[in-house]
Amino acid sequence: NSPPCIIANPIQRLQTKHFSIGLLPDGVNRNSDSFAQNSDAMERLLSELQSHINKVLAGGGEAAVKRNRSRNKLLPRERIDRLLDPGSSFLEFSQLAGHELYEDPLPSGGIITGIGPVHGRLCMFVANDPTVKGGTYYPITIKKHLRAQEIAAQCKLPCIYLVDSGGAFLPKQAEVFPDKENFGRIFYNQATMSAQGIPQIALVLGSCTAGGAYIPAMADESVMVKGNGTIFLAGPPLVKAATGEEVSAEDLGGATVHCKTSGVSDYFAQDEMHGLALGRNIVKNLHLAGRQGMLNASPSINLDYKEPLYDVKELRSIAPVDHKQQFDVRSVIARIVDGSEFDEFKKLYGTTLVTGFARIFGQPVGILGNNGILFNESALKGTHFIELCSQRNIPLVFLQNITGFMVGSRSEANGIAKSGAKLVMAVSCAKVPKVTIMIGGSFGAGNYAMCGRAFNPNFLFLWPNARISVMGGAQAAGVLSQIEGANKKRQGIQWTKEEEEKFKAKVVEAYEREGNPYYSTARLWDDGIIDPADTRKILGLSISASKNHPLEDTKYGVFRM
Amino acid sequence: SSTSHLETPPQRIEKILVANRGEIACRIMRTAKRLGIRTVAVYSDADKDSLHVKSADEAVHIGPPPARLSYLNGSSIVEAAIRSGAQAIHPGYGFLSESSEFAGLVEDKGLTFIGPPTSAIRDMGDKSASKRIMGAAGVPLVPGYHGSEQDIEIMKLEADKIGYPILIKPTHGGGGKGMRIVHSQKDFIDSFLGAQREAAASFGINTILLEKYITQPRHIEVQIFGDKYGNVLHLYERDCSVQRRHQKIIEEAPAPCVTDEFRSHLGQAAVSAAKAVGYHNAGTVEFIVDTITGQFYFMEMNTRLQVEHPVTEMIVGQDLVEWQIRVANGEPLPISQVQVPLSGHSFEARIYAENVPKGFLPATGVLRHYHPVPVSSTVRVETGVEQGDVVSMHYDPMIAKLVVWGENRSAALVKLKDCLSKFQVAGVPTNINFLQKLANHRAFEEGDVETHFIEHHKDDLFVDPNNKEISEEAYDAARLSANLVAACLCEEEHSTLKESHPGGPSLLSIWYAHSPFRVNHHAQSTMELEWENGYDSSSSKPLMLAITYQRDGNYLIQIGENSAHSLEVRASHLGNNSFRVEADGVTMHVSLAVYIKDKMKHVHIWHGPHHHHFRQKLGLELSDEDETQHKTSFETTSHPPGTVVAPMAGLVVKVLVEDGAKVEEGQPVLVLEAMKMEHVVKATSGGYVQGLKVTAGQQVSDGSVLFRVKE
Repeated sequence: NSPPCIIANPIQRLQTKHFSIGLLPDGVNRNSDSFAQNSDAMERLLSELQSHINKVLAGGGEAAVKRNRSRNKLLPRERIDRLLDPGSSFLEFSQLAGHELYEDPLPSGGIITGIGPVHGRLCMFVANDPTVKGGTYYPITIKKHLRAQEIAAQCKLPCIYLVDSGGAFLPKQAEVFPDKENFGRIFYNQATMSAQGIPQIALVLGSCTAGGAYIPAMADESVMVKGNGTIFLAGPPLVKAATGEEVSAEDLGGATVHCKTSGVSDYFAQDEMHGLALGRNIVKNLHLAGRQGMLNASPSINLDYKEPLYDVKELRSIAPVDHKQQFDVRSVIARIVDGSEFDEFKKLYGTTLVTGFARIFGQPVGILGNNGILFNESALKGTHFIELCSQRNIPLVFLQNITGFMVGSRSEANGIAKSGAKLVMAVSCAKVPKVTIMIGGSFGAGNYAMCGRAFNPNFLFLWPNARISVMGGAQAAGVLSQIEGANKKRQGIQWTKEEEEKFKAKVVEAYEREGNPYYSTARLWDDGIIDPADTRKILGLSISASKNHPLEDTKYGVFRM
Repeated sequence: SSTSHLETPPQRIEKILVANRGEIACRIMRTAKRLGIRTVAVYSDADKDSLHVKSADEAVHIGPPPARLSYLNGSSIVEAAIRSGAQAIHPGYGFLSESSEFAGLVEDKGLTFIGPPTSAIRDMGDKSASKRIMGAAGVPLVPGYHGSEQDIEIMKLEADKIGYPILIKPTHGGGGKGMRIVHSQKDFIDSFLGAQREAAASFGINTILLEKYITQPRHIEVQIFGDKYGNVLHLYERDCSVQRRHQKIIEEAPAPCVTDEFRSHLGQAAVSAAKAVGYHNAGTVEFIVDTITGQFYFMEMNTRLQVEHPVTEMIVGQDLVEWQIRVANGEPLPISQVQVPLSGHSFEARIYAENVPKGFLPATGVLRHYHPVPVSSTVRVETGVEQGDVVSMHYDPMIAKLVVWGENRSAALVKLKDCLSKFQVAGVPTNINFLQKLANHRAFEEGDVETHFIEHHKDDLFVDPNNKEISEEAYDAARLSANLVAACLCEEEHSTLKESHPGGPSLLSIWYAHSPFRVNHHAQSTMELEWENGYDSSSSKPLMLAITYQRDGNYLIQIGENSAHSLEVRASHLGNNSFRVEADGVTMHVSLAVYIKDKMKHVHIWHGPHHHHFRQKLGLELSDEDETQHKTSFETTSHPPGTVVAPMAGLVVKVLVEDGAKVEEGQPVLVLEAMKMEHVVKATSGGYVQGLKVTAGQQVSDGSVLFRVKE
């Protein structure tokens, strides 16, 4: 059922600036059973999320936190709070990185990353958590650090590294040290970002041992805190073993040595609060560094925006418990965009993909949302819409709830692969900010066409009900059991019905586990699981953060016609 | 002069020079303005920008800050009047108001002195002489001996006649110097000799008088008024019993618990007193009333307009300054005794910059925040200062007089309490809190006042830091205030961000949205507030507040580690320093004052009857030198043990020991003087005095190090 267009009678009304003909209807039946069931299910998912979040907010355990406090050190999120402008927001990424990934818990992957303003300037924060394994880098820690740098490079955000780390986690050196996307990449990124004029600032608030020593050394400017901050390639025990020299950590690589003698650091801080204050000051003095003609300043932002007509909290009641059930993505859009105003493009064509223009906190966006399986027409429509947006420099928002492209002989004959390829080509090449939210299923090539992780969206977030896999568990079980059955038959082995069911169940179970949002977020396949009610806010912040870079011309590859 | 008025019509006053400062100068000018009379202010260097100068049509500079070089310099004031063309001088109260020499000088220069005749000022200035005149006129006197015969044996016999307890008093001087209370005959000689010695040292004259000592006295005074035609009437009495350091702090009119008959006797006696000295213009006859016997005795007559004259004005509905000017113009009194109305009841509370727990020591400083209550037909605020003014060490530290009127005493008292709780002063310590305690005291509510009121009820009026229950209660109230302060400061920050955030137009305002956004958790901040406990500075422990920004804009505030004590507060900023706050189901109005002083942020909060003062550390002052030990602001203000600092700003009058001298604990080391008050600075412990560098005549500021006692 298509939404009614609300058009007032007088012609003049149509011509006023604020009139929108794309007012979306509510789209939610609050009295229905499914509304209640969906709400209950989401509530359970959110309370599960909250309990995981509460654990990671506590850091690396009571004893470690206490030890940290006794050294007059703050926890990483507290440090960031004191660097941020007072009363400002902070967009944190991948809070559950490392979730059930290793034998020991690694809260937030041992590193806190996110974006927030300092002296009115959005910055990327990368803060080691010294209470988690001494702030050492596990493989996921490195991945999260590199992801933050990737965002910073993509959005041209000054980087502030709050360094308090023992360096690489040695038992896993094979997974952290040698490869391309390993420890060394941190310094490579610092060097290349600095070369692009993206400021690199290091605050040495704790130890900075071995490889870690290069973070401040590679920074444009660095601060060291007396007593707590140390920088050395080898710590006192290693020095003693190597040369026999007996020296304290402070004398070996403390703030005094590095600010007075070696010149490794630039600013001497008496204590942590002083160090953080100096950090803010450095940002204050950046002036135009890394600021090359921002989209943000463009007059296309409407500062006088309206809130959606419908309660954003109802986003918690829309996604169905059962992924097989479809829901109208417009009821989600109605709770995300300013004034619930959505000017739909090609509304009557390729209806399984909803496309249209709207604003989020006054920022123009083009939205693509799934309303079913992608057909030829939907893919072509999506391609057309992305071309429009990239030509007009309108950021793209993808609302993923996709089981995939249509299969079957008719589809193949119609060239669904060709149509899908066009959409993927457009998604890949469009040089406008892109934000993807997985609000339901994300399966197969649909994930790709709707700007999945591989397509470098500036940001990608999941709702707690999301599922990601190459195909649904049941379908996979069906495919795999057919192959297995054929194999067994070739080998002459009898496969009982029970055995086949057991085999299928195992596949379904594995897909269920690996398609779970926690499995994804633990491995940094996304930038975090979010409360659906926060979607509008997070989209607003994400788009705002991704508009800090100069306009780029979009060039497409060869479209298969 | 009797012939001259035939030739020229009597010249009316068209321009008045006010030989005073502060509230009384402003008060006089207000009436003058209403009457169309132009005004001339005089000012010292310290008062260049003060309110009384701004209130006047013209202002003349008369000298440097010390009063003796400016406001007490009669000849330069008279010269200023001549220069500015004023025909009359109003002396106000204090300074030269009761100087017969000054009044004479004014008259000699052909100007009008708005006040009594010179002779009356002189007669009433000498205590012994005034008592002789009063005795002769039949005004009751305290039984005593006022003779010139000073032989000790004769005096002792006189004392026996009067009966003990007895008061020994020098005939000259004042301020309680040389006064002795003797309870029995055996102590008489020692006390007498002591009083003589002290009088000789202080005033140069050692004549002594004896008086019956009244154990439970009330101080009741009568406002009288006379014209130049011999008419004198009284405008009822004022009760000024509640005093500290022999200075009045709360006055009221009419006196409570007094019969009409007593009132009329008292009034008659006052009129007789005034007539006996040929008085005209405003005057006050002070009586001491023995609450046990109900007898009243003449004490002294003040030949000027009194500080507390507004309470009389409120109950009789007259402007006494207008009367003063009319009488000075030679007009007869506008009404007769029977026409004097008596309506309702009025209180005056004197708001002083002073340090109540330090024995009411005068305080100095900048009035960082000054919001007196709004005035109305029943509420008057007599003030001479504005926000930003300095209460200096040169003059009286009175900030304002709060005057209220009600249909009866209890109605007026309700209004007084309300106004006191809403009278906002920050920057200098004041006695407002103490006045509130006084006004709320049961004995005061019942009108059971006498001159020893504060001393008798000191357990109720002063907080004993050792009283666990009371200090716990006070601490709880401070914690609530701290919660509200935190919420209001956060809310204010938010509304500032809303108007303009540091990102400017190029950064989307949602980065500064309220409440600050956090992914899957709440933004938190901490605030450290140190409660400035006016009554017990040792207990000012820092309060650590953890503030959680709730999604709905509320603040969840927790003090210390115990989460059971957290409070959810909703605040909305109403503009300026005003907030509406909801906490624990109660909505209230809250006012805040924030200012920076001594590298600290000071926050004052007023809500309901409460006023609390908190300090907050500012950004640390740190040096790049690694050798410098990190010091917080708190540490820099503390001194090594044994250090003695000046308890108030003032003048060093005397240094009693030499640097390096050995002293006992409690031994006086030097004497400071400020606002006519002497304060003896004693050794805090036994040992050797070190670093004593101040000398007599030197000015010291509040809190400056005087010396250190080292064992």
